[in-house]
Formats: sequence, C-alpha cells, structure tokens
Amino acid sequence: MAKAKSSGMSFGAALGKNFKEIGTTFKDGDWKTRLSYVVFGFGPLMRGQIVKGITYLALEFLFFLYMIGFGWKYLSKLNTLGTVETTRVHRHTVYGDNSFLILLFGILSIVIIAAFIFIWRMNVQENMVEEAALKNGRKLPSNKKVLGSLLDHNFDKTLLAIPVLGIFIFTVLPIIFMICVAFTNYDSTHQSPTHLFTWVGFKNFANLFSFGTTGFGPTFLKVLGWTLVWAFFATFLDYFIGLMVAMLINKKGIKFKKLWRTILVITIAVPQFVSLLYVSKMFDADGIVNGFLMNAGIIKSAIPFWTDPTLAKVMIILINIWIGIPYMMLIATGLLMNIPEDLYESAKMDGATAPQMFWYITLPYMLFVTGPFLLTQFTGNLNNFNVIYLLTQGGPQSMSLTGNAGSTDLLVTWLYKMTVNDTNYKMAAVIGIMVFIVTAVVSLVVYNMLPSVKDEEGFQ
Amino acid sequence: MDNKKYASMKGKRRVNLFFCYLVLILISIIWLYPFFGIVMQSFRSYSSEYGGMVSYLIPKHFSLDNYKFLLSGKTNYVSWYVNTVIIALFTAFFQTLIVLGVSYALSRMRFKGRKLLMRFWLVLGMFPGFLTMICMYFLLKQFGLTQAGAVPGLILVYCASSGMQYYVCKGYFDTIPKALDEAARIDGATRFQIFYQMIIPLSKPIVIYTALTAFMAPWCDYIFASYVAFGNDKSYNVAVGLTRWVWTNDYQGYFTRFCAGGVLVAIPVVILFMCLQKYYVEGVTGGAVKG
Repeated sequence: MAKAKSSGMSFGAALGKNFKEIGTTFKDGDWKTRLSYVVFGFGPLMRGQIVKGITYLALEFLFFLYMIGFGWKYLSKLNTLGTVETTRVHRHTVYGDNSFLILLFGILSIVIIAAFIFIWRMNVQENMVEEAALKNGRKLPSNKKVLGSLLDHNFDKTLLAIPVLGIFIFTVLPIIFMICVAFTNYDSTHQSPTHLFTWVGFKNFANLFSFGTTGFGPTFLKVLGWTLVWAFFATFLDYFIGLMVAMLINKKGIKFKKLWRTILVITIAVPQFVSLLYVSKMFDADGIVNGFLMNAGIIKSAIPFWTDPTLAKVMIILINIWIGIPYMMLIATGLLMNIPEDLYESAKMDGATAPQMFWYITLPYMLFVTGPFLLTQFTGNLNNFNVIYLLTQGGPQSMSLTGNAGSTDLLVTWLYKMTVNDTNYKMAAVIGIMVFIVTAVVSLVVYNMLPSVKDEEGFQ
Repeated sequence: MDNKKYASMKGKRRVNLFFCYLVLILISIIWLYPFFGIVMQSFRSYSSEYGGMVSYLIPKHFSLDNYKFLLSGKTNYVSWYVNTVIIALFTAFFQTLIVLGVSYALSRMRFKGRKLLMRFWLVLGMFPGFLTMICMYFLLKQFGLTQAGAVPGLILVYCASSGMQYYVCKGYFDTIPKALDEAARIDGATRFQIFYQMIIPLSKPIVIYTALTAFMAPWCDYIFASYVAFGNDKSYNVAVGLTRWVWTNDYQGYFTRFCAGGVLVAIPVVILFMCLQKYYVEGVTGGAVKG
C-alpha cells in the first residue's frame, strides 16, 4: 500500500514538474522555441538540426492528416457506436454506420492523440535542451551524429521500435478492443456491418454471474472450477512424477542414460497435433484400446473414455502426464546435478534413508530453484488450449451447461468456441477478462509467497 | 562374515537396479507406443484393408498407398506442407531477430520507461492469446492477408508479438559480464558493433534455442491458422489440414492417411530437434531457473 501511495505521489509531482518546465521553456525561450509549440520541430530546423526537425514536423503533419481525413469521423461516434442502421432501398443495400470500425478506429484515435501529446512534450524538451546547450557555448551534434546515435547510445530505440509497434497493433489494440466489447451487445444478432451494436454497461458481467435459467453463472463456476483443478493436477503431477523419472535415470548404476532420455524427449519433438490426435483416437469407442480389450474378452462394451465426463477429465490429466513429463525430466536432470554431493554424503553418514533424503534435501532444493517455473507452468496450464482441444474439443457436451460449454472445457477453450462457433463476442470478451483476472490473481499471490523471491540468498 | 554381508548388500542392490530397469522399460513402452502405432497404421492400405480404426496394431499387408495418396495431388497435402515449411522458416528468422534485439535492449541498455515496459508486457501476457483473434483477423483482412494470403498473414501474426517472449534470452544475456561491454566501448565500439560482433557470437546456444522453438511452434498451431485461413483449403498448414481429416465425418477413411501425413510431418522436425537437443535443454533449463 505504502509503495502504491508513494508512486502515486511521485507521479503527481512529476506531472507538476512537467507543466512547470513547459511553462518556463515558453517564457524563457526565444521566438524559434515559442513557434515550435505550434509548428513542431521549427526550432531544431532553424538551428540546423535538420533530421530531428523534419521528423517532428512530419509526425505533426501525419497526425493532422490522420485525424481530419480518417480518425475524427470514427472518434465522434464512439459514444453511441453509430446510429444509422444499414437499410435496403429498392434492392440496393445502403450501408449505415459500422459499429466495429467505429469502436476500433475510435480506440486507435484516442491512442494516437495520447502519442501526439507525448511527441509534443518531447518536441518542447528538445527545444529547451538545444537552447541551453547553445547558451552555454556548446555545439549541437551534427545530423550525421544524430543518425549515428541510433546505432550507439540510442540503439535501444532502434531495436525496440518494430517490436513495440508490432505488439501495439497485434496485441495491445485488439485487447483494448475486446475489453470494450465486453461492455457492448456485440453478438450474432448484432453483427456488423449489417447491424449496429452499442454500449450496454455491465449487463454482460451481470449475465455471467446470474443464476437464472439462461444465466451463465452455474456454467461459469463449473468451468472455472475444472480449470483450476486441471491446472493444479497438470502442474504438480507432472512436476513430481517428472522429478522421480529424472532421479531414476540419474541414479548411479543405471546404464544407457542417454537412451532413456532420448526416448522421452521424442514426445517434445513430435508436433502435438500428431501425437495428441492419435492418442485421442486410441481411446475412442472404436479405437485400438477398446478394440483390443473387447477382442481379449476383458470388457463387453466399449469403455466411454471420452463420453463420460469424469472419465474424460481423468484421461486428460493422465495423457497430459505423458506430454509433460519429458519436459520436466529435462529441466530436473540439469538441476539435480547442481545439488552439492556432500549434502547427501553427510546425510548418509547420519543414517538417512533414501525417502528422507528426497524429502529433506532434493525436494526443498528443487522447489526453491524452480519456484518461478512452477508458477509459469501453472498459469500456462490455466490457458492450455492444445491438450484439451485436440483430445476432446471440450466435450462431452452437456445439456446442463449454457453457452455450448462441454464438461472438459477450460475457460480458454470455452472462449474460443464462443468466438468461432457462436460468434457470441460479448460473452467471449467477458470470459477473456475473467481469465486475465484469474491469471493475474494467481500470479500475484503465488509470486509473493515464493521462497526464492522472499529470500534470494536462501540456497546460495 | 563381512564378506557375506557385502554379498547380500550387493544382491539387494542388484534387485533394486533390476526394478529400476523394469520401470524404465515400462516407461519407454508407454512413451513410444503411440509413435509406434502411428507408423504402423500409416502402412495400412485403404484398398486392401479397412482404412479406419481397427483393433490390431500391425497391418496385415504393408503398403505405401497412403504415402502415394498424399503425394499424388488428390488433396492439398503438398501445399499444406510447403506452407508450413515457409511459415516456419520465416518465423524462425524474424522472431529470432526480434527476440535477440529486444533482449539486448532490455538487458544491456538503461533507458526511461524500461521497467515500465517490462511490467506492461508481463501484464499483457496474462490475457489469453486468442482474445485478440477477431480484431487481428479484421486487421489482416484489410491487407488481404487472410484466406488466400494466409501464409504471409500468419508469419506476420507470429512475429508481430514475439517481442514479449524475451525472458529466456534476456536471462542468458544477463549472465554475460558487463565488463566485456565496457572494455569494448572504451576501444570505441558502438552499441551495434557490441551486439553484432560480441554478444551474438557469445550466445550461440540461446540463438539456436530461440530459432528452434520459433521454428517448431508453427507446425503445431491450429487456432490462429484455422481462423486466418478459414475456408481456403489451399492455404492451410499441416496442423489444420490433418486435424480436419481426423475430425470430419469420414475420418474412418482418412485415419490411416492422417497417420501417414503425421509421420511425414514428424520426421524432419524430430531429426532437427534431436540434432539441436543440447541447445534446447540449455535454454529450457536456464529459462526455468530464472523464471
């Protein structure tokens, strides 16, 4: 709490300092600087800083070009997401407002305005720095040097420009868009461009927690519960069994260590869709496992591996062990060798048994070292789409669940189905936000509990 | 007396080891069985035997019909395969460039907003990836990068957000002593020269690890690939194409063909992985410890 407060205060102070600096730069600046407040980069241009000046000027020009020609018409409708319905007049379709475009480009325009203000601030600062340098009799860097600095002390900007832009366009913008969609009625009956959708406030969230006949409440709780149970088992079963297997292979006296490891590692190398689809077919009603058992006379009718909800859940967790252990084994193998041998030696002298040594030496060490890894594994499993979707596609379907959820659906596979099959975007967006909240809460709580975070020196 | 005790201990140890080997052999059988199954089924011909699911493992007549079928051009399997290889190669190249660049900037350089950027990306990573799907599809469509243009579209999707996967690589860069950088800077090297001529050659394992994981990911991607290429059979990748074979109603006929297709997909990936396994282990272990 105290930390948040102080950072909030320092933010306020920084803002105040900024405004003061903008003011004094204007008051004390010459006419070139003052004109730069309106015409970006004017000062640098007049002082011979052609590269910087032209960049600022071009950015300002592009901003107005975008806002006047494109951005404004969407931004101005953002509060209603469009009012003109698409209609048909004499067999011709007359397109009205497109809510999707209004929302998307409205958001984009807001972000661009924020960026514009930031650039303006940089432009003011640039003028201030240049003037101060000239006043003190220093020379400004040559244009060649300015460009050259992009490969030297400004190399970070060169390196980060494309990744940051890519992440903005393909991750940040879509995520803001979907967060906004959670507050609209965008679904299969409100598809753009032929239909409008509009803001509905917290109605979708109310729907998620409503326990009426059409409410998502019971289904959501069920899916959330299974998601957590799955993530728990998938993470910890894999972890412990993987550790055991690694220790088994590392054991003194075992030969062909490399061979055993290689056999397990093939599972990582083969693309999951090949192996998982095959395994899922193996356990089908007419698959090889049932076929073999029936031929042998052990069972009379096929075991419903995928159609019985409980059995399907168990199967998924078991098959995930098959997927997860090789990975864990690889990690554990390297780490086990790092445990100081003398710890075991002295434990043996004191008469410790093998299980005791595992419980008091190996396990604490491994948990300490791999704490963050366990956390990322857990959050990864919360969102483990491939295993669930390739094995059962969330099935078996159940009439008692709303929103086409199946018994083995995780929140993410449910979200995927809602997006692709039902085009129920508003609820998909709500579920997406829930996934984020669950992941964030788990990460925050567990991260602060990790021994390696609390006590960095612990095992060193 | 002593000798006897020693002998019994040795015997105990032998029994112990015997059980260990037993467990290991059992594990090996469980782990290899599905792969053995896929390979065997791929040799079961549709024409001479039933092409769907059967209750025996080893086919009665070995035949290469399924493989011939895949390469005959009756389906788009070859173009799926080519698509996937192209996507994987380009993704591996660009993603490695981006990840190395981001890692270097975050590990070696100190600039305003560095911590903020890292925290922001961390939070961003907590949103489920395909929440972005609808919007991304629309954006790609504007540039004609869906359906027929799905291959460049997918490369763009995979690479665009790859900057966020810098953790393992940055962790590795952090272990390279900074004194090396400083010495080079005193000698007049620019940041770019340090990055290109010093850090990258020193980080060969992690460069290979990054490229390998980037290369392997597109082979398994069903979600984005099926959404972006929606309805255009020619621009599917192998994951989408083969998954549809299994899931369509006549998968009975296509099951053995799926197996053959899977084998052809798995062979190059497995060989590549086995050759570079050392680097993969190094990257995975390093990443796990640093979190």
